[in-house]
This record gives sequence, C-alpha cells and structure tokens, in this order.
Amino acid sequence: MQSTAHDFKDNVGAALANPNLQESLTMLKVGFSERRRLAAERLPEFEALRDRARDIKNHALANLDFYLEEFERKVIGLGGHVHWAPTAADARRIIAELCQSVGARTVAKSKSMVAEEIALNEHLEAIGIAPIETDLGEYIIQLRNEPPSHIIAPAVHLTKDQVADTFLEHHTPLGFTKRLTERNDLVAEARYVLRQKFLDADVGLTGANFLVAETGSSMLVTNEGNADLSNTLPKMHIVLATIEKVIPTLEDAAVLLRVLARSATGQESSAYTTLNTGPKRAGDLDGPSAYHVVILDNGRSNVLGTEMQEILRCIRCGACMNHCPVYGAVGGHAYGWVYPGPMGAVLTPQLIGVEEASNLPNASTFCGRCESVCPVRIPLPKLMRHWREREFERHLTPKAVRQGLALWGFLARRPKLYRRLTGIANRVLALFGRAEGRYGALPLAGGWTRFRDFPAPQPGGTFHSQWARHGGTRTRP
Amino acid sequence: MSGSHDDARAQILGGIRRSLHRGELSGGPRQAVEARLAAPPRGPDVARARLAQPEKVELFCQWAEANNATVARVAAGDVPGEVTAYLARNNLPARAAMAPSPQLDGFDWAGQKMLSLRRGRGEGSDQVSITGAFAAIAETGTLVMASGPEHPVTLNLLPDTHIVVLREADIVGGYEDVWERLRARYGKDRMPRTVNTITGPSRTGDIEQAMELGAHGPRRMHIVVVRE
Repeated sequence: MQSTAHDFKDNVGAALANPNLQESLTMLKVGFSERRRLAAERLPEFEALRDRARDIKNHALANLDFYLEEFERKVIGLGGHVHWAPTAADARRIIAELCQSVGARTVAKSKSMVAEEIALNEHLEAIGIAPIETDLGEYIIQLRNEPPSHIIAPAVHLTKDQVADTFLEHHTPLGFTKRLTERNDLVAEARYVLRQKFLDADVGLTGANFLVAETGSSMLVTNEGNADLSNTLPKMHIVLATIEKVIPTLEDAAVLLRVLARSATGQESSAYTTLNTGPKRAGDLDGPSAYHVVILDNGRSNVLGTEMQEILRCIRCGACMNHCPVYGAVGGHAYGWVYPGPMGAVLTPQLIGVEEASNLPNASTFCGRCESVCPVRIPLPKLMRHWREREFERHLTPKAVRQGLALWGFLARRPKLYRRLTGIANRVLALFGRAEGRYGALPLAGGWTRFRDFPAPQPGGTFHSQWARHGGTRTRP
Repeated sequence: MSGSHDDARAQILGGIRRSLHRGELSGGPRQAVEARLAAPPRGPDVARARLAQPEKVELFCQWAEANNATVARVAAGDVPGEVTAYLARNNLPARAAMAPSPQLDGFDWAGQKMLSLRRGRGEGSDQVSITGAFAAIAETGTLVMASGPEHPVTLNLLPDTHIVVLREADIVGGYEDVWERLRARYGKDRMPRTVNTITGPSRTGDIEQAMELGAHGPRRMHIVVVRE
C-alpha cells in the first residue's frame, strides 16, 4: 500500500470535514471501549492475565529463533511446508509461486493486516490471480477500493447507508437490484455472494494470530467463520505470518486468548478460534491437501534488542486505537498506511521509515489511555517519545519547532531570566485578554490560534510566583 | 530479494541472533526453553474454570446461551426426538447431514420416521448438520471440534443450522483442560488437522459495530446436552 503518512496533516483536515466518517467515529467511541470495560470487569483475573500475557510475549521474543525453528520442525513433521521471507518482495514472490503451482485463478482471503503490509492483492492481480476478501468488512472496502481503517474492523469508517449503496452498485450485475436498508439483509446478501466464491477458490490465504511452536499449529481468531472456510474448502491453504507471532505452547495461547477477545471487542470469546496443523490427514473427508506457512520478517528482527522491542509484543487487538482520542477524531485512513492509532504510530516509522512517518508519533496527546488498556502492556507513549527523539536527532523536526525548543532550552537553563520573562508575558496577556478571557489571534502563536482560542491567563501570576506565595519550598537533590 | 530457501532462513535467524547479541541457543538457556516446552506452565488460575462438574455444566449452558446458542438438556434416549422436535419448532426441513461417528450412531435415529439423515462431509447445499463435540469449555460456553474421518470440518461451517450433541462428561473448565485431553488422545506433539473452538453461531460486527448473526458459518446453533 502506498503511504500517505507524510500528508498526515492534510489527511486530518479531510477526515474532520467528512460527515459520514464523523458519524461512524461517534459510534466507535461508545461501542468497543465500553464493551471492553465490561468484559474486563467480569473476569477478576484479567489484570493478572495481562501481566502473564506480557511475560509470555517477552519470553517468546527473547528466544524467537529457537521457537521459530521448533515451529518449522513440527510443521514439516506433519507434512506441511515452511517458507522464510526476509522482505515483503520475498513473501509476494513465494505466495505468487505457490498460487501458480496449482494453477490458481482465485484466492479466498481471510483478513490479514500482514497481507496489506506487503500489498499482496495488487501483486496477485498483476499476475492475473483474483484475490477475494471474505471478511465482511474487508469485502466491503475491497468493493470500494479503499484500504482498511481499523485493524480488526476494517470498514468501521462507513455507515450502513454507504454499505447499502456499495452493495447495490456491485451486486446489481449479479441480480440483486434492491437497495437494502437493514443490516441483517446486507449480511445475508454478502454471505450468499461470497459462498459460491469460497466453493470455487483454488487457494485459501489466511493470516495467523499466533503460531504455536509446541504443536506447529497456526491459530486464527475470527467471528464470521470466513477464515475457517478459507482454510477448509480450497485445495491449498497458505498462512502468512510475521516472525513475532510465534509463541511457545498451547497453555500460553490460553492466556493470550483470554485477553485478546476481551480487549478487542469485549467478547468473552470470539465465535471461532481455530488451530490448523498441517494438511488433510489420511481418512479426512475435507481439508486442503497442501499446507504452507510463509514466515515474514520485513524489518522486525532489527527491532529486537532495541528500545522499540516492546512493540513486537502487540497482538493486534485494536484496543489502543479504540481508546485513542486522536484516532477517535480522525479515524484510521488519516494515518496514511496499514496500521493506524497508537500501535501504528509506533510500528509504521519502523516499517516504512521515520522520514515518511514522522507525523504519526507526534499525533498523540500522551494521555496514556492506550497503555492503560493494552493487553500486553506495551508502553506506547514511551515508544512514541522515542520516535520523537529520533526525529529530533535526525533534524526532521520543522525549523520553527527546533528554534522554539532551543529558545525554551536557553531560558530554562537561566531560571531568573525565565521567571522574569514569563512574569511579564503573563501580566501582559492577562491585561489585554481580560475582557474576553481568550485570544482569537496572537503574534507568534498563529499555528495555535488558527484552529482554537488561546486562553488568557487568570489573575494571580505565573505558577512559580503562586507557588512561592503559597509557601512552596524548593528541594535540591 | 534473497536467493534460496536456506539463505532466506539463515538471514532471518541470523538477524534475530545478531539483534539478541548471541548465537544459537545452547547449554543452560537451551535446556531451560526445552524444559518449558516439554512441561508447559499454566497461566494464572481462572476461578470460574475451576468448578465441580455439575456447576461446570450449568456454567457452560449459561455462557452458550449468552452467546446466542440454544441449549436442551435431555437423557440419552431422547436425543433423536429432541433433534426432530427442534427442527419442527423452527420450521426447518427434517433432513440433515450427520457426522459419520460411532458415538452418534449409538442413538436410535431409526425411531424418527420423519427424519432423513445423510452421513458424510458438509456441502454448500446442506441446511442442517448434526455433529458431536470433542469437548466443551464451561468458562466461555465454547464447543471444541477435533477434525478427523468421524468429524468433517465442513459440517461445522457450511449448513445454516448446526446441531451439536454434547455429553455432560465432555464439558471441562478451561482451555487448559482441552489441551490435556488433546494430548491424551492424539499424543503430546500431534494435533488433528483442525481444532475448531466455536462459541455460538457465526457473527459479524463489521457494519456499524452491531452484532449480526450468520455471517459465513451457521446462523443457528443448537446444543443438545446429554444427561449422564
């Protein structure tokens, strides 16, 4: 997918002016986050499970090479195949060759963010293979030729009416000429249209929530059952997963499953959690005759051992974006690439470069809600701060910001001068702003006042002077 | 773009080891992870997965219904009758694809004159399927299906209505108990091709986050719990 992360500020302007998006985002703010809170409250052990989930992922990352080799050994032992893809281009080539090896014309795809990351659909189309998205949300946005706007709810930016218009446009040639108004009718029509495509597909391609080293199983969590049809009906099943998805054992999976669904949608359990282990066995009446796992690195191994390593614990539940005031205001498309919200603001600069994505780690108020709900306790604000530091080190920060910071740094090292100047500024701003209590325009602060008022200081002086007046004391280390 | 499979493999594993500032795991650290793999530690105890058997059965039924399945609790002799009655109550055809399992064949289906059964895998045209279950999880009201000649996966997915015959004794507390049963049945490192854990009918929240049933899998799930 072509990144527009560098256009973040323009994207935000467009998002704020889009009434359909704003209507959808209003629903998001009360939906997922409230359901997550209730689910967490229903399980007294939830916080202890989050601690263990964090520890399990840390353990897996510290021994990642061992568990990947163990996983590979088990898959091969059961007649499956493992392919290693250092880069996105490698993964695209491997998958294309696998599809061509069975003469595939269509591929039934189950929602995979990693497939978005490597722009797999475009690649398959270019070689004459039709990828068919089967997750309802992904199907809707594929018809609309849009990227997903959320990692677990790809069409969350759309209203029911927009979906109805999209279906009418694309299903009319199939004989569905009535514009539908009810959600369940829209779901039923998509089910009918996609069912035949499942039955006709030559290859099923899925992602994986976890790879279990102990058994060589890929694990998928869904609500619709589309992933299960994708891995059962076609003659070949391809799993595309990144290196950090491997976990040691089924017991570890149990812990992670308990925090995943609750954090994502507030469900006790998703409708389908499926373990796939190798191809069809002797005597089986269904299942794929070939089972392939493509393990993709795409820059992740470089993140290990760095200050950013903790982002590799991410289990892609989407809770950070569901609770983010910035995501809640602008939606996922504004972030400009595959992964939006706080986890995207940390991961995207890693995957496509801080030069391209430097706006994203700055799109945060550091309110900390993302960290407070993360099931594997990733310190997302801290990691975004690391990116801001790297951006500054590389002189990517705008000149005006650097000069402002330099001025502030100069004054902060001279406390007497700082207090004198802020005292004067405070009195002047309080005096002239007394009538209205705010400023609609202010010299040197146009970047602020263009979008919002600047509050006039209340009488009483600066924080420092009030602190001194109330008998505050300074302590020296 | 990298060269052969072996080069790509070495590149990724080597990159991981470089970042972790060590070579391939060996000695004590390797023995430690091998031991962890051989005897997997369990996560924090979840109290509601640790109940006595009768309470487990109750909890399973409660969560299954909360997740939009319907539940009937009957004696073994009444299973075929309950299936027929369920189909009639819901105006469904008295025709079903049934898993070719000896356990299901143990019930007296011949007594249901109106019910027509086909044994085999699921097809796109099937409206109703009947299967057993390998186990069920009380903690979340989840059914566990292990694939094999006696339980084709397509029966869990393709029909509009899925009827599951579940023995009370197969209801366990949490996931961990299922893993123990799988290891006991298939061996420590051997899993069936597919283990589907299924919680209620298929659903989607992809349009305006409102849950709608029957996305791609069954729209209805009826669980017949067999009293012991």
